[in-house]
Amino acid sequence: MYTYNEFDDAFVRNRVAEFRDQVERRIDGSLTEDEFKPLRLKNGVYLQLHAYMLRVAIPYGTINSRQMRQLALIAERFDKGYGHFTTRQNIQFNWPRLKDIPDILDLLADVGMHAIQTSGNCIRNVTADHFAGAAADEIEDPRPTAELLRQWSTDHPEFQYLPRKFKIAITGAPNDRAVTKAHDIGLRMLRNEAGEPGYEVIVGGGLGRTPMVGKVVRDFLPKADLLPYLEAILQVYNLSGRRDNKYKARIKILVHETGLDEIREKIEAAFVRQKRDFAGVPADLVAQIDEAFAPPLFDNTRSLAYEQALGADPLLRSFAETNVAEHKNPAYGIVSVSLKPVGGTPGDATADQMRVLADLAERYGHDELRISHEQNVILPHVRKADIPAVHAALREAGLATANIGLVSDIIACPGMDYCALATARSIPVAQAISNRFDELKLERDIGPLKIKISGCINACGHHHVGHIGILGLDKAGRENYQITLGGDGTETTTIGERTGPGFDAEDLVPAIEAIVLAYLEQRVDASETFLEAYRRLGAEPFKQAIYDKEKDEARAA
Amino acid sequence: MAREYKPRIVTANDLFEGDAVYFTASHGWSRDHGDAVVAFSQDAADKLLSAANMQQDQVVGPYLAETVMGDDNRPQPLHFREAFRTRGPSNYFHGKQAGA
Ligand code: SF4
Repeated sequence: MYTYNEFDDAFVRNRVAEFRDQVERRIDGSLTEDEFKPLRLKNGVYLQLHAYMLRVAIPYGTINSRQMRQLALIAERFDKGYGHFTTRQNIQFNWPRLKDIPDILDLLADVGMHAIQTSGNCIRNVTADHFAGAAADEIEDPRPTAELLRQWSTDHPEFQYLPRKFKIAITGAPNDRAVTKAHDIGLRMLRNEAGEPGYEVIVGGGLGRTPMVGKVVRDFLPKADLLPYLEAILQVYNLSGRRDNKYKARIKILVHETGLDEIREKIEAAFVRQKRDFAGVPADLVAQIDEAFAPPLFDNTRSLAYEQALGADPLLRSFAETNVAEHKNPAYGIVSVSLKPVGGTPGDATADQMRVLADLAERYGHDELRISHEQNVILPHVRKADIPAVHAALREAGLATANIGLVSDIIACPGMDYCALATARSIPVAQAISNRFDELKLERDIGPLKIKISGCINACGHHHVGHIGILGLDKAGRENYQITLGGDGTETTTIGERTGPGFDAEDLVPAIEAIVLAYLEQRVDASETFLEAYRRLGAEPFKQAIYDKEKDEARAA
Repeated sequence: MAREYKPRIVTANDLFEGDAVYFTASHGWSRDHGDAVVAFSQDAADKLLSAANMQQDQVVGPYLAETVMGDDNRPQPLHFREAFRTRGPSNYFHGKQAGA
């Protein structure tokens, strides 16, 4: 994987030293909060409901065992022994003290990590397919592009004061696991008819208050044109994006208000100018990045150990069904480690669990780990013959929950248990749903179903693209939850539709259960997924299941 | 007739630890909501808030929060958000509820 060169290292160290000084000056009273706040946000430090929170970037979700161990150390020494992995492929520490944060940043810098550009109106951590470099369906590893974008956008003078934050996601596979259509810019790698690599460029996607599916501005952009083209998009946005109203400042609003054709014209015109002045990415840099992401040396020794173990161990078989995905090398598998144990907090891992994951990556996984936007951890390259051993070790660490893609693999943002912006809690909702479906023992029967929960309209929990989405609101001083159905975050991105009036916390889980039972009753057969059934049936039968039921209960009461 | 004024307290986050603190009668800060000094009029609330705002070398972001008086005549949180701030998160026994 990519390792920092001296320039990166010096840059990060200087930033830590600078921030240490700023923290000292805030603590001794020489900086006011008004002066300090933008400085701390630039370094990923938020003030939440109960404590400060430090958000650490994990560029394109890729880390190695050394870095994971360092996160474990930080969790133990400066937090309460755990960390929270987010939908932006970041990790958040929920309990640092202000005076300790510079020390944490130093520890991060020791392993080439930082918290820069995890906040503010700049280009945020570039996210990528968490199966990058491993997936069987991949055209090309998107991470060299993501790394190039990271270097290009880090401290880019022109793009530090954009109208609003700016998020880029990239996938190298036709099956979109990076939600590219819900980002300010989404890039999908593809090849043209001549077989040359390039990108489909999508702009103006986003969730939040005004959810929008991104639109294709360029069907095929040759690889070499990427940076001037993105600069063109950002220039158009920087000049024309609305700065008068925070809620209208994202590029999705600009695209929507201007219209796709006109935006495209403006971008193409800016692109011509940019390209003329663009000297190209230095060849040695390209080579250096490509080398950093060269595939590991795979061990292709033939072995039937995996197949035999599958036959003998039903727990392993059930784990393999959901948590092992097809690798481009047939001797390998991609192992997803669920951070969604029954009744647990989605995305949380203890320091001990982080160390187990680091050990497994080192021993069996070519030293690679990924964080997925679905708040799970991936071992992207595990020899199939080693999967039984990995599974056994995961079981011991309480990490073998076999539920990837199923009803209890819930995305939930921190909500009002931590987040200062929240209008309601999301974690207890996720816990209650997970516990309920565990009691029902229907999870396998239900099949693929994505539930996503946000604790406010900012939609960090991606509720709009959940097959079942849940949005927590404050309704006259009570936590109340709106349900959306039919959302989809893949290459067929769709924004879910609201069912109608929201539910109070105690009525929410029964409503979710009723929706799922209605699906089980009305599906053609077990091969029709929830999303397919919803698309065929529409919202009506599901609405009936939740609202008529309410009336019945009111009558019975 | 003017609408009855809902009593308010001033709360903020501690500058060093980041947790919730409450402005007291002696113009100090307590970690216990019940210790907060209560304003029963808009005027008193404004005065409290400006006094609290003078102490930004100790706290971050003071604001007024509605409160109700408990049987012990100490202020209790009204809104669920404020109630959560007096306790800590619901998924772990961390924060104020753990005595931390
Ligand atoms: S969706 Fe809202 S509550 Fe949840 S993390 Fe984002 S800002 Fe906080």
